[in-house]
Amino acid sequence: MTTVYLDHAATTPMLPAAVEALTDQLTAVGNPSSLHASGRHARRVVEESREQIAQALNCRPGEVVFTSGGTEADNLALKGIYWSRLRSSNRGPRILSTAIEHHAVLDPLHWLGQEEGAEVELLPVDTTGRLDVGALKSAIERNPDDVALISVMWANNEVGTIQPIDEVVELAGAHGIPVHTDAVQAVGAVPVDFAASGVDALTLTGHKVGGPFGVGALVVRRELEVTPLVHGGGQERDIRSGTIDTPAIAGFAAAVEASVKSQADHHVRLSALRDQLVERICAIVPDAIRNGDPAHLLPGHAHLRFPGCEGDSLLMLLDARGIECSTGSACNAGVPQASHVLLAMGCTDAEARGSLRFSLGHTSTQADVDALVEAIGPVVERARAAGARKGS
Amino acid sequence: MRVLAAMSGGVDSAVAAARAAEAGHDVTGIHLALSRNPKSYRSGARGCCTIEDSNDARRAADVIGIPFYVWDMSDEFHENVVEDFMSEYAAGRTPNPCLRCNEKIKFAAVLDRALALGFDAVVTGHYAQLETGRDGLIEMHRSVDMGKDQSYVLGVLTQDQLAHSMFPLGDSVKDDVRREAERRGLMVANKPDSHDICFIADGDNAGWLKEMLGDRAPNDSGDIVDHATGEVLGQHEGTTAYTIGQRKGLRIGRPAPDGKPRFVLDIEPVSGTVTVGPREELRIDHISGIKARWCGAVPERLEGTVQLRAHGSEHRAVVTVVSSGSTTEAGIEIDLLDPAEGIAPGQAAVIYDGTRVVGSATISATARTSVGVT
Repeated sequence: MTTVYLDHAATTPMLPAAVEALTDQLTAVGNPSSLHASGRHARRVVEESREQIAQALNCRPGEVVFTSGGTEADNLALKGIYWSRLRSSNRGPRILSTAIEHHAVLDPLHWLGQEEGAEVELLPVDTTGRLDVGALKSAIERNPDDVALISVMWANNEVGTIQPIDEVVELAGAHGIPVHTDAVQAVGAVPVDFAASGVDALTLTGHKVGGPFGVGALVVRRELEVTPLVHGGGQERDIRSGTIDTPAIAGFAAAVEASVKSQADHHVRLSALRDQLVERICAIVPDAIRNGDPAHLLPGHAHLRFPGCEGDSLLMLLDARGIECSTGSACNAGVPQASHVLLAMGCTDAEARGSLRFSLGHTSTQADVDALVEAIGPVVERARAAGARKGS
Repeated sequence: MRVLAAMSGGVDSAVAAARAAEAGHDVTGIHLALSRNPKSYRSGARGCCTIEDSNDARRAADVIGIPFYVWDMSDEFHENVVEDFMSEYAAGRTPNPCLRCNEKIKFAAVLDRALALGFDAVVTGHYAQLETGRDGLIEMHRSVDMGKDQSYVLGVLTQDQLAHSMFPLGDSVKDDVRREAERRGLMVANKPDSHDICFIADGDNAGWLKEMLGDRAPNDSGDIVDHATGEVLGQHEGTTAYTIGQRKGLRIGRPAPDGKPRFVLDIEPVSGTVTVGPREELRIDHISGIKARWCGAVPERLEGTVQLRAHGSEHRAVVTVVSSGSTTEAGIEIDLLDPAEGIAPGQAAVIYDGTRVVGSATISATARTSVGVT
């Protein structure tokens, strides 16, 4: 059975350029912090990687802080900026964010609220999953001086809705409030220009752009003070410690460069494939409903609701046919929960549980779409017979 | 066949799934999440709904080489098993939640969903044997390992449920199953057996009931009275802490005049009265049962045996069906040739013909009819 992989938003296969860059470094010896020739060689690879990423995202090399991935970068941005703003400029304790953030943002915010006295306000979104800018405006204007920072994702990981980052930056900028954005889904999928965007900190991660797992970065403006979370050798601008992972960083940078370079073509090809997927599924399952905002949508995301079905059943039945997708729901102790994103968009618990995310990426083909289209009719019929969960 | 293996994370269900796969079936493993917030139920490593158990089940599925998913059955479990457990205790009865779980969850909600999704049967690690009888019906028999036999908790299954069930461990003894798990590289080989009630973390049923029932408890205090004299011997803090036949925790200050221990004989939740007396008063030889369920054809009268609690002994008995049908009123009367002790309403009476399970009923009343039973 061939695998039809339609879960690129969870992770996407490594790009050949990334594999090559990573494997080239695997056998090389040398700690980038060492002063001898081997150390200098490793350091050179790391710094060239930093420059590669800086060029791809239009930031300064010194603004790229390597981390272990998106979750660490989000934690560093939220906690680091919150603490430094509170201590050096006495700005806080409010943090404004959205109800549809990834758990890598929501959970640190919850922790800051529980343990550090932060007052977290999660702003609502409309039915397509786009931030209610008016709500952000009034939240800021209630008292701009007590807002430590604003964090709004560039694009949502589940439904793929792209957020109005420019409007967020404009509102925040009027009061000098720093803006962080989790852009792990956006880099390589839509144009991401750090300097032009006006954001102060931006999260990206390797494995979502065709690079390796376990490496990512927080791009953070030189002027912005960030309190470190991990203390040690101070390898990354003194705000992130830990021996630098040269091979992973080389692979990560190659992936960022390649995916950003091909972004425009990728967008055209993928969104056409995705639109076809949605159209054909809706022709077969007429009551299927598209979640998200087609006007502000990542190119690879197709998020669909199948009334009367349990997302778990659909996933299992598709999996048995080699078709891999996601219910987009978080797991709590292994128990699937209704997606907080869909609930925030106004879905009921049952509607949220009956949704599936198909996400296309650089290896997706017409054959993948054909395979899904062929399977979806009988799968939905069968899942419908099994029914939706009682009481939800 | 396409079969769904319910995997608890323990050794039995892991070996059962492995045997089904080895027999050539297309097996999919599932772990039933029975609580959406595991902290509210059992948190130790021996229950049915912990994260560790889910991970153990997943690892076993990996080793066997079958797909694995977690199914959220928490609403169904709460509604049909936990709520039932609480309301039965509140009514002064002593339910067996494992039977209820098999009747309503594993071989009902899970089986129904499995069949709808295109599976042919549910596989579990229960120690019981299925075979096709001469009349073509599926018969359930006791396990060859009498120490592990679980036919009692399966006594609620109907022919339709049995026809879509698979118990690959019924012809094995537990020690062999453990050895087989080790040989197959299943890490759960040495995991301890689960005991007690899976959703009560510390085994403190009385404390759990008190907390969970809260205002729904029928009473929070009452008299402990002597069965013969009616004398009030002490006070209790709620009848849900008691079950018929219980000896410990009576907290009666002084001993009985004859110096013998006293046991709970009766529980009256409305008045909050717990009646106590000597052991011989616990002895009964007649049982009335309701909610009878039959594994196959409904008998009119049967001379066989009954088992009255999990891992309890067999009592020779004559069973008479007084009303059949699928309603909750379906009743039976059981005359015990071997008297029993400490039998509480709410418990299940499972009826056997030799090793074959005939059916079961929920005990509604007990009596002592014959002279000489004491």
